Amino acid sequence: MTALIQPMPNATVETKPDPAPVAAVTVRGLSIFFGNHAVLKNVTIDIGARAVTAIIGPSGCGKSTFLRSINRMHELNPDARMEGEIRLFGDDIYSRDVEPVVVRRRVGMVFQKSNPFPTMSIAENVTVGLRLNGERNKKTLAARTEESLRMAALWDEVKDRLHAPAISLSGGQQQRLCIARALAVQPEVLLMDEPASALDPLATQKIEDLIIELKKDYTIVIVTHNMQQAARSSDFTAFFYLGELVEFGPTTRIFTNPAQKRTEDYVTGRFG
Amino acid sequence: MTVSNHHWRKARNVFMQAFTFVCAILVILPLLLVFFYLLKQGAGSVNWAFFTELPKPVGEVGGGMANAILGTFILISLASCLGVPVGVLGGVFLSEYSHRRLNWWIRFTADIINGVPSITWGMVVYALIVLPMKGFSVLAGGVVLGLIMIPLIMRTTEEVLQLVPNGYREAALALGIAQWRVIVQIVLRTALKGIVTGVMLALARVAGETAPLLFTAFGNAYWTHRLTEPIAALPLQIFNYAISPYDDWHRQAWAGALVLILLISGINICVRTLTRDRFSKRA
Repeated sequence: MTALIQPMPNATVETKPDPAPVAAVTVRGLSIFFGNHAVLKNVTIDIGARAVTAIIGPSGCGKSTFLRSINRMHELNPDARMEGEIRLFGDDIYSRDVEPVVVRRRVGMVFQKSNPFPTMSIAENVTVGLRLNGERNKKTLAARTEESLRMAALWDEVKDRLHAPAISLSGGQQQRLCIARALAVQPEVLLMDEPASALDPLATQKIEDLIIELKKDYTIVIVTHNMQQAARSSDFTAFFYLGELVEFGPTTRIFTNPAQKRTEDYVTGRFG
Repeated sequence: MTVSNHHWRKARNVFMQAFTFVCAILVILPLLLVFFYLLKQGAGSVNWAFFTELPKPVGEVGGGMANAILGTFILISLASCLGVPVGVLGGVFLSEYSHRRLNWWIRFTADIINGVPSITWGMVVYALIVLPMKGFSVLAGGVVLGLIMIPLIMRTTEEVLQLVPNGYREAALALGIAQWRVIVQIVLRTALKGIVTGVMLALARVAGETAPLLFTAFGNAYWTHRLTEPIAALPLQIFNYAISPYDDWHRQAWAGALVLILLISGINICVRTLTRDRFSKRA
């Protein structure tokens, strides 16, 4: 574990980043096209297990597409096409015999805008992934509800009103409910697409504390526009620009001593 | 900014608000007029016999429209059995599965069909069902009303499904839930109220259809026992009684129209109550 947060030398694209000791997601030569437009170009990166990897870069640099390619959500766009390889703990997730549904059970996702299901209660939202995949045992569901809500640091706030509508919660609580919902299906990797960008500073801090807590058990990849957030809560940072992975390395090094001029310009706020 | 300018803006605002209010009243005024006129003309003839007795032969006073009331029930139930599943599933296909060119054609066809006069449908079903089966029938009446319902329900279903934010679909798919389950349990459930509204509008529309039934259900002065027999329906009965020369029948036609409106309102309220979601009061 400690080896993961040690600086990796030569961690730029030009010299290929050294693989982290335990890689949860290994990406090799990934390119993604929407129609004829290349959104990602030949990305190679190893995402360390039980660590937080932040993806930063200006709007339109492909960071969300990269995130969505890890659980094949980008395929919802019918024009999407990919080249390259992504392995999840060694399993090729784009192999012909792998269904996207199976990949998505192993790789959970939290979105920018909190989206609890309005027709369901708080508890039903947490267990929806289990119930719609066939779990009927009430004891199991109740146990998983509490466990997931505790992990999402929401249990104490909602334990007395589990059957209230989910949309009665505040914005920050709704986002933590969405995290609990994603955790309830026990994924191996959790993807977060700007999970705090619509929240106030207090709610944001709660989400960041939660991310640091969760990395004990989960591999987390977080897309963020907020440079401080990346610096505060991530172990590794990848900087994307115009569809290319410009630089990848330990967060402290990316922010204090970037190897690339473009990275330095971006993290110091000179563009983007 | 001068003070007088501010006053002028305020006055304009008050005027426009009043104008939109008057327009809103103009919308509901015809409905109220129809309803009160029906009450005035028909309420006196709505009695127990009207709901329980068959029509009396020409010249005899009294009798009721029991067979026509039941007939309308049966016809719109049959029509719903055909129109609701096909219409809703068609709407689901249009909204949830993207086949750009095919969808364009389906939409285009549905919109044209929506504009086809209902009497045309009556003739088509007359040729396709009544002639081969050698007789007017309940079945033909149900089918023609169902056919009219399909494009109506399909388009409204598609429109309300499009209103369901994509975030819900993505959230559910990202949980590893299969797409058909996402559609049934998340998308349709979220849009249920709107779909029910679409179905109710279609139901109200076909419940009042008369022309297509002239060629299919035909009408019946007695009870109907088989799907292959002609059947009475309220709009048919209203039509027949209204053009008759007898005062008692005219009164009964008014009563029939009133009962038809109440019937549709009743079904509407029942279905809305049954499909109300648990949180709607709070939302």
